[in-house]
Amino acid sequence: MQSRATRLEAVLQQTFAPSLLRVTDDSARHAGHLGARPEGETHYNILLVSEAFRGMSRVERHRAVHSVLGGEFSDGLHALALTLRTPEEHAQQ
Amino acid sequence: MTNPVIDRIQSEITENPVMLYMKGTPMFPQCGFSARVVQILSHVNVPFKTANVLEDPDLREAIKQFSNWPTIPQLYVKGEFIGGCDIVTEMFQSGELEELLREKGVVAAE
Repeated sequence: MQSRATRLEAVLQQTFAPSLLRVTDDSARHAGHLGARPEGETHYNILLVSEAFRGMSRVERHRAVHSVLGGEFSDGLHALALTLRTPEEHAQQ
Repeated sequence: MTNPVIDRIQSEITENPVMLYMKGTPMFPQCGFSARVVQILSHVNVPFKTANVLEDPDLREAIKQFSNWPTIPQLYVKGEFIGGCDIVTEMFQSGELEELLREKGVVAAE
């Protein structure tokens, strides 16, 4: 059984062809919090840099990511911290 | 068909210039992401109203559908969906949040 992080990475890679993708499993930091599960895999932090975000508002970018990860939310995914940038925006950070 | 929960959301976001759907209350937030948005709104010093989705499972589901957004917290300003914790944080850091509040005519708390 592959980890959720691996699945998230695969889907995002395929959809957004990112120039940078970092998926971090933060579940351990949220252990015991609402939405955490003993088996983990509930809280993730994602940095995604992609040309695909050009011309999209913040809300549109987040919705685009949510929509390809929809199934994960109904399967125990509780929280996603998303940083979604175009390559130019990322270079300015 | 009218759905009373959707009607409730509609009137809350219309009647309250800054409306936050969160887990817990501003005094006792039940989630770090909700806590952060409360902290930011307090920092920019605007009056805001909150609804605790943990007290109302129907509201918790309805707000996700209403906003087409899978997570809590969710911030509305003058009836417009602004985003969740990540977006509010980014907008606060870049100064856009205060600009938006000014543009929308939301004035600082006394």
